[in-house]
Amino acid sequence: MAGGMWRSAILNLLRKWGLSINDKEITKAQEVSRVVGAMKTPQPKTFVRGIQTVTLIPGDGIGPEISAAVQKIFEAAKAPIQWEERNVTAIKGPGGKWMIPPDAKESMDRNLIGLKGPLKTPIAAGHPSMNLLLRKTFDLYANVRPCVSIEGYKTPYTNVDLVTIRENTEGEYSGIEHVIVDGVVQSIKLITEQASQRIAEYAFEYARNNQRASVTAVHKANIMRMSDGLFLRKCREAAEKHKDVKFTEMYLDTVCLNMVQDPTQFDVLVMPNLYGDILSDLCAGLIGGLGVTPSGNIGANGVAIFESVHGTAPDIAGKDMANPTALLLSAVMMLRHMGLHGHAKNIETACFATIHDKKVLTKDLGGNSKCSEFTQEICQRVQDMD
Amino acid sequence: MAAPSAVMSMSRLIKPFWGGRLGNTAKVFGASSAGHREKSTHKPPPAKYGGRHTVTLIPGDGIGPELLNHVREVFRFSCVPVDFEVVHVNSALETEEDINNAITAIRRNGVALKGNIETIHTMPPSVKSRNNLLRTSLDLFANVMHCQSLPGVQTRHKNIDIMIIRENTEGEYSSLEHESVSGVVESLKIITRNNSLRIADYAFRLARETGRSRVTAVHKANIMKLGDGLFLQCCREVASGYPDITFDSMIVDNTTMQLVSKPEQFDVMVMPNLYGNVVSNVCAGLVGGPGLVPGANYGTDYAVFETATRNTGKSIANKNVANPTAMLLASCMMLDHLQLNGYASLIRNAVLTTMNETRLHTADIGGQGTTSDVVQSVMRVIQSGGQLTTEL
Repeated sequence: MAGGMWRSAILNLLRKWGLSINDKEITKAQEVSRVVGAMKTPQPKTFVRGIQTVTLIPGDGIGPEISAAVQKIFEAAKAPIQWEERNVTAIKGPGGKWMIPPDAKESMDRNLIGLKGPLKTPIAAGHPSMNLLLRKTFDLYANVRPCVSIEGYKTPYTNVDLVTIRENTEGEYSGIEHVIVDGVVQSIKLITEQASQRIAEYAFEYARNNQRASVTAVHKANIMRMSDGLFLRKCREAAEKHKDVKFTEMYLDTVCLNMVQDPTQFDVLVMPNLYGDILSDLCAGLIGGLGVTPSGNIGANGVAIFESVHGTAPDIAGKDMANPTALLLSAVMMLRHMGLHGHAKNIETACFATIHDKKVLTKDLGGNSKCSEFTQEICQRVQDMD
Repeated sequence: MAAPSAVMSMSRLIKPFWGGRLGNTAKVFGASSAGHREKSTHKPPPAKYGGRHTVTLIPGDGIGPELLNHVREVFRFSCVPVDFEVVHVNSALETEEDINNAITAIRRNGVALKGNIETIHTMPPSVKSRNNLLRTSLDLFANVMHCQSLPGVQTRHKNIDIMIIRENTEGEYSSLEHESVSGVVESLKIITRNNSLRIADYAFRLARETGRSRVTAVHKANIMKLGDGLFLQCCREVASGYPDITFDSMIVDNTTMQLVSKPEQFDVMVMPNLYGNVVSNVCAGLVGGPGLVPGANYGTDYAVFETATRNTGKSIANKNVANPTAMLLASCMMLDHLQLNGYASLIRNAVLTTMNETRLHTADIGGQGTTSDVVQSVMRVIQSGGQLTTEL
């Protein structure tokens, strides 16, 4: 494994420099790299000797196989990424609160970039969903889902190229519900100035950094006057500060109506939690479903976790039938986030070309090849590109 | 008594195409079938004098007034025995006098046809949406929308035939909001057992009456466990009383994904208010746009008909480009509700003929016709059918 070679290389270096290391046989790569980092002259903290360490959470079900596929493809593309695998299961911390394992949290806090496979949410396990835990731990406030039509995977909708940015922490999913009297339930939708401002600012920055022309705020302020009204006000304020990006507002129902008739009219969409959930899945459906849609979560403190949003597919787990496209495209999104545009382009092109060719496709894309064959084909193409 | 049973079998023969309520037979045939009333609560008498019905008309804003004028034109042309009582609602006013007048008029007449009233959201939050006020005051608890692929309209998906039943009074549209701490706004979503049971029962009854086999409940109970959980539970309870109809449930984000990839799988869908908004707009878009689908809001005593997607259409107002199909079909649903099925079929067939055979389309479905072109064509088709009409 690449990690092992890395480890021994660094250990040798350390010995050369006369540094003492842990007496333990197995020196965790993290401790070593921490020492190496401290020795280095100040560099942008994302790069350690030109190689970025990324926390990889394989997940459950088909998670491990698609993560392995992505790692293989990255190796073939010679992407300067080192993977640090961590597992995420809910454990009860001191004080009875559910949390993720401390080594996973620590790894993520250090690397600031993560790639995550699908996590299963056991029903009635007593703890909240893993995705929710991750979101709370790292304050992942923005969910970004670029939906671009995949050339070669035909859907009734063509030339889709939009991005949905969804507020991920509050709104209708605040989880505050009460039974007022028997038979009457009240759910509270929470909109705060701070969160709305944060997401609006992020949306405009994203538009600016990715050369997108316009941002549309999606709301229902005609009905939810105060809550969506506040959200809208914050969006307008952020628009004032970013005059180079065009800003429009549209009702949720109008967006839905127009989206299924002509999705090409939309560019970047920003919205609160529930509308974002529905619209981002709607847009994923336009380009072919969750099996081919990438997604990224941006947190406060610079943390970014990229993930595949499909389920764990326990029925095909371990059978080499899974489609790694979603996780691969999320990893490409991650490369772009880190500034490695060249590698991102190569891998993405290879992936799309493979799908376009239709010779080696996994079952959900309409073929009957194995996951490993699909991965191999992409690796081959990436290598041919160099 | 042979008469009441004859009444009942007659009602079964007249099965409306677009799904009107059949339970109001008692209303029309009056005292003779008093014993066969569905509910023991007193129904207000129909606004019918000298054989002519009176219906409240609320023009609304945007394209509403012009489309409703066309409806009146077609009705007058076809000698439909319906008189309209026009009530204007000014959306720019902050007082509720206008909308209260409208509500009183609807209580008086029992039936209304309306355009959408604009909600200017720069006004203070105490000024609630007028449309919402109307629905909640009259307790129009069921919004019914039937989306069908029309052969004359080009769409990406074919063979769509979905009936959407949306809870119309509570849920996210309760308009209960407060700002307890500055910068933190709470909006309440209310789900009650009574309303959920009521809408589920309505959905299953309608499915049975129209011969449909499957009802799908759309929800987000994995996140809103108590609220949507209650809704889902009520649907399941009602479903157990209709063993001939299959019941399943689907989470709303999966539903929208399925709708854009395989909409043919859906039959009848029932859901709370906000998801209803999203799903009905998606389905309207799938069959060709907001200009094609009529919608109806039913309560126990009142019924209000309008276009399904409730668009004001400010940008195309008064330009003679709006599509009159949705409003005309809504008026046909109204005629069905008033038991004027003959006229309803007449106008509906004329509209569909214009849509599918003559292919005279307005701009929103890719044609070049104007609104008046389409309306003229509809009237010509009515006249050619041999029906008694006024001058063209």
